[in-house]
Amino acid sequence: MRKMPTALALLALLGTTSALADITFFSTQARPLEEAQQMREIALAPYAEAINYMPQETGTFLSRLEAEKTSPDGALDLLGGLHGELGSLTPSILTPLNDLQGSLADTGISKQYMTLGKLGGDQQRYIPWMQATYIMAANRKALPYLPEGADLNALSYDELLAWGRNMQEATGSPKLGFPAGRKGLIHRFLEGYLYPSFTHSVVREFRSDDAVAMWQKFREIWAVTNPRSTAYGFMQEPLLNGEVWVAFDHTARLKDAFNKQPDQYVAFPAPAGPSGRGYMPVVAGLAVPANATNPDASRRLIRYLMTPEAQIRTLRATNFFPVVEAELPDDLPASIRMSGKAVAAQSSADDAVLSLLPSGLGQQSGLFNKIYRDAFVQIVLRDADIEETLDILAPRLQTLINTSGAGCWLPDPPSDGPCPVK
Amino acid sequence: MKHDRWLPYYLIAPSLLFMGAFFLYPFIQIFAEAFTSSDGNVGLANFTRIYQDFNFWPSLKNTLLLTGVVVPLQLVLAIGMALMVTRMNKGRDSILYIWTIPLGISDLAAGIIWLAILEQFGFLNSFLSAVSVIDAPASWLNYQNAFALFLAVVVAEIWRGTAIVLVILVSGMGLIPKEYDEAGQVFGASYWQRLWKITLPMLRPSIQSALILRTLLALEVFAVVMMLGGSDMPVLMSETFDWQFLYQQTGAAAAYAVLIMLISVVITGFYIKFLNVPKEAR
Repeated sequence: MRKMPTALALLALLGTTSALADITFFSTQARPLEEAQQMREIALAPYAEAINYMPQETGTFLSRLEAEKTSPDGALDLLGGLHGELGSLTPSILTPLNDLQGSLADTGISKQYMTLGKLGGDQQRYIPWMQATYIMAANRKALPYLPEGADLNALSYDELLAWGRNMQEATGSPKLGFPAGRKGLIHRFLEGYLYPSFTHSVVREFRSDDAVAMWQKFREIWAVTNPRSTAYGFMQEPLLNGEVWVAFDHTARLKDAFNKQPDQYVAFPAPAGPSGRGYMPVVAGLAVPANATNPDASRRLIRYLMTPEAQIRTLRATNFFPVVEAELPDDLPASIRMSGKAVAAQSSADDAVLSLLPSGLGQQSGLFNKIYRDAFVQIVLRDADIEETLDILAPRLQTLINTSGAGCWLPDPPSDGPCPVK
Repeated sequence: MKHDRWLPYYLIAPSLLFMGAFFLYPFIQIFAEAFTSSDGNVGLANFTRIYQDFNFWPSLKNTLLLTGVVVPLQLVLAIGMALMVTRMNKGRDSILYIWTIPLGISDLAAGIIWLAILEQFGFLNSFLSAVSVIDAPASWLNYQNAFALFLAVVVAEIWRGTAIVLVILVSGMGLIPKEYDEAGQVFGASYWQRLWKITLPMLRPSIQSALILRTLLALEVFAVVMMLGGSDMPVLMSETFDWQFLYQQTGAAAAYAVLIMLISVVITGFYIKFLNVPKEAR
């Protein structure tokens, strides 16, 4: 008998939550439990209407949208995802948001980012929402081993190699680290950092002599890299437990290390190669499914999320930086202050080479990343012949680019038709 | 009377419908997708694609090797454990309960438990360095040490999957009439003679079903390998998962699924033929 009131109360509670949750915000971002909670409490709480924030793994996110695209009454109102994720959907799933372009014109969103939101077509399929990038992080214990004359803010890949060697000699174990595990983003390092730094390209020069030299250099760097790297997902973990002293990763995946021990770590730009300092900004966007039941409510929420105030709140919750012009307050967490400086130094470096996330690949974007990861596994981990491996992979790369019809993106010069692999 | 005749069919109808909707239909769909290429042509394009992939042979080799090592070891262990349990008079249930605890743990959780033991700063290394067997926690669970990775997965799989074999064998042993064993004793057969000539042959139906079940599960091994080996130890199931969710090529993923099914059918057929149970013994 005593259980009855509890059960009733629970039922009532369930009833009210589902009735209040008017807007369903389905997102691949802010997925870890803690971040999702911050997203709800910090970024979305001030909004007048109730929002049901539902983070989801990329695969399930995409499968669900593809599966529900023909349903007339969609259960989802707003989508949040990375450029590549939204771009891999059937374009008609996302309702055109051209009407929002005008009201967002004077907020300071980069034109390049707005164009990315068109996913290679004429319609604005998503609105750029927030941005991040990949940087390097180092434990202060590693700094004494920097090679002589090296400037942390203008490091080269040769100096990184020398640094790794010094650390290995001094400590007896390899202290460099890369996120090469299943959940790691090593493919972004290859596509946005290594290839642009050595070949000023990512597709065209895939198997060029410069690329061969690049893989040779990376093999040398890998020799002084912690072999556990193939199990690393988020580099903040091996940094915090001391397995690794110097690491490359996404700013959001270094966040815990910076926040937990701000005095122990430094953030700095990625190294430069013979062709410059390749770097890749990550853009997440907001989109509305074509079958959303109340598209006006979805648009209102987008307008709120694009205000400088909401963008700063999102920054606090997710560590993704605003895409609109916004004054950064002084009380931001250590991770944001530290990575903010490194991000600025990286993008404003004299030798910076801007690399965009692969675009226009649609359903082929997963396969595109696989090509680069396969090259890495074969050449670096399985010690296969460099030229042979690139020659096997180049036609596959060309086939998938032809299938998607994607033209070249930065740093490759524009192409007529699908981007050619030389 | 009429009502009685149809009753069994009414009773199995819900399960048939359930199997039809959630097993047969997806099964046919997977088959159709495996033989349809992305441009709509029917053929073997998906199979060619996975065959040409760098990970095809490593994943096939790892899966078969793992099955070939884990399943026989588990069978021997489970027979030994079942023999011990059936001879116990006191505390039999408690021991069985403890031995079957891993059955209640999901394979992902099992993987996490073993990772916590075996990783660089895990329990094993902490223990070894505490008792001064090693100087510093060494990282040996990495791609350079394929044997250690394999061994770790074997140990975790044996820990996790032996109980299911044990349960089947214990119930099978319970079905063997005591008279045979007593007759053997009367005629002076030793323990080993009775084991080889009476217990194991009588246990054959249970061994057959345990082997089939365990082998099918071993061919689908996934979460434990993912936790311990990650991408360093590809298996058929992880490749299926990756082709579907990472590379978003449903056709290729379906081709892997069909391949796993073919291997399962061949091995099951082998067990049925070579562990044939005569009709009168069933």
